[in-house]
Amino acid sequence: MGLFPCDFFKFLVKRPLYTTGFIIVVAFIILGCIAPYILTKPEDAWGVTYDLNKAFQPPSPEYPFGTDAYGRDMLNRVILGSRYSLIIAVCVVGLSLIIGVIVGLVAGYLAGIIGTVLMRLTDMFLAYPPLLLAVAFASVLGRGVLTAIIALAISWWPWYARLMYISVNSVKSALYVEAAKVIGLSKFTIMTKYILPNSLIPVVTQAMLDMGSAILEASALSFLGVGVPPPIPEWGRLISEGWVYVSKAYWITFFPGLVLLVTVVGFNLLGDAVKEYMNPRLRSIVAKR
Amino acid sequence: MSTSKPLLSIRGLSIDYYTLSGIIHAVRRVDLELCSGESLCIVGESGSGKSTLGVALSLALPLNAVVKSGSIIYNDIDLLRARRDVIDKIKGREITMIFQDPLATFSPLHTIGEHLEDIAISKLGISKREASNIVVDVLKKVRMPDVDRVLKSYPHELSGGMLQRAAIGAAILTKPKIIVADEPTSMLDATIQAQILSLLKELVRSEGTSLVLITHNLGVALRVCEKTAIMYAGVIVEDGSTLDIIKEPLHPYTKSLLASIPRSSHRVSRIIHIQGEPLDPRLEVSGCPFANRCPSARDKCFESVDYVKIGDRRVYCNLYSR
Repeated sequence: MGLFPCDFFKFLVKRPLYTTGFIIVVAFIILGCIAPYILTKPEDAWGVTYDLNKAFQPPSPEYPFGTDAYGRDMLNRVILGSRYSLIIAVCVVGLSLIIGVIVGLVAGYLAGIIGTVLMRLTDMFLAYPPLLLAVAFASVLGRGVLTAIIALAISWWPWYARLMYISVNSVKSALYVEAAKVIGLSKFTIMTKYILPNSLIPVVTQAMLDMGSAILEASALSFLGVGVPPPIPEWGRLISEGWVYVSKAYWITFFPGLVLLVTVVGFNLLGDAVKEYMNPRLRSIVAKR
Repeated sequence: MSTSKPLLSIRGLSIDYYTLSGIIHAVRRVDLELCSGESLCIVGESGSGKSTLGVALSLALPLNAVVKSGSIIYNDIDLLRARRDVIDKIKGREITMIFQDPLATFSPLHTIGEHLEDIAISKLGISKREASNIVVDVLKKVRMPDVDRVLKSYPHELSGGMLQRAAIGAAILTKPKIIVADEPTSMLDATIQAQILSLLKELVRSEGTSLVLITHNLGVALRVCEKTAIMYAGVIVEDGSTLDIIKEPLHPYTKSLLASIPRSSHRVSRIIHIQGEPLDPRLEVSGCPFANRCPSARDKCFESVDYVKIGDRRVYCNLYSR
């Protein structure tokens, strides 16, 4: 069972809501890819402008999303921000998902000493508040997009490892795993072919829900002075920078927030779609919504 | 017992489970023989150790089970002490198993075709194309309707009867010498039960496979197997030909078991049940495990008891000893 064969598109077509989610996500990924080439005011977007005469302009035809405290066009900053926010979100969640799933799967299925060691290691990471851990790693590794991703992934994977571990434990006592053992299939086959797909569903769903949190967490890092260096625009930073002026100039926070909201909803819908698609029992039902 | 050399013989097998509430003696000093092409039914109530015996035969005892004594000899190989690579060749290939719940036997995310092909590829070491041919043949053999659709179906899309047919298909795929079927029909409704049982019986006959059928239902035993062993508290209390046992039960437990079957011909106001409680599986017994419930128990029964041979049959009771 492949994860995204063309069946997935057939599946999507019948479900308009999930199609919407899929389109949102794809649209933002495309936007992130082409962002630097479609900017109308690149110097505003990259944050090199400093023109207090244009500061706090409300949304207008010239500045559809208004301008910020330094007189930069918010639309351009939001467009360029999509690149960094999406890269961070996808990489952080993707990286943690891969590590977490492998650790959880091996620990859950092999149990014994290997399992105990892996899970106690996970617990060690879980014992620290995630943001603190990320800040600590980011400040050691230095500033930059890549270090932000690594720092966040380090604090993020243990949650998936735990979830995967629990999921594997419930799946491994199922009769079909028992049957596979009686047949005498190898441990590796049982683990990858039967246990992995069956226990992946809750973890993948959680990962999709976490996309938004990853973007916000990245902004928390930059807010604390580690992570992505200013003035690179990144949605989390745009929101936190504008927050100070929210009573005076709502648009600085509102538009990046709106875009973030739409993206997160898109990812959540896609997450639901993937969850439903992965479970053949749900796949065959055409949802009436 | 038959004179030809048995395919499988169990000698003095005792299996304990180590649990938090103590050591459970699930199987006690069991001796059994199974000849090639023969079908043997193990009948017993819940907790009598019949399933443990079945799992031991299919070499899949859980980690907390300990074989205290005895051996399972198959083709001159002691399965409980054989090397890993020898076991790998026998397990799932020469000895296969059918489970009680057909829906839970299959992974919900894989089609029936994938399941069966996996078994064929890993156990017979053949290519995917050969495997899919074999799978189609096997499904035809178990008289699966609409084979092409079934191959592409997920377990939840099929009925219990069809799934159990597929599970039987999976069990005969490797042309095993022995099939262990643990209550294969208890989750199915009565009409499907009859179909599945006659299918099993027919396949065993046509393929020359031996069958170990585990059930709590003597009717099932009568329908499929020529030989039956009655199990109580981990002990085989009586074995012999199925027909003889049902016509003329020897052990008091078998007698009470048969008496407790409700009959439609007699009008009885109450179902007759066996008085008393089953033996605590944590207790060690030297005498008859049924003695505390037995209407004809004597003092000696609590101390010692041995098998008595009566013709082809064997009974674990002092009533018949001379």
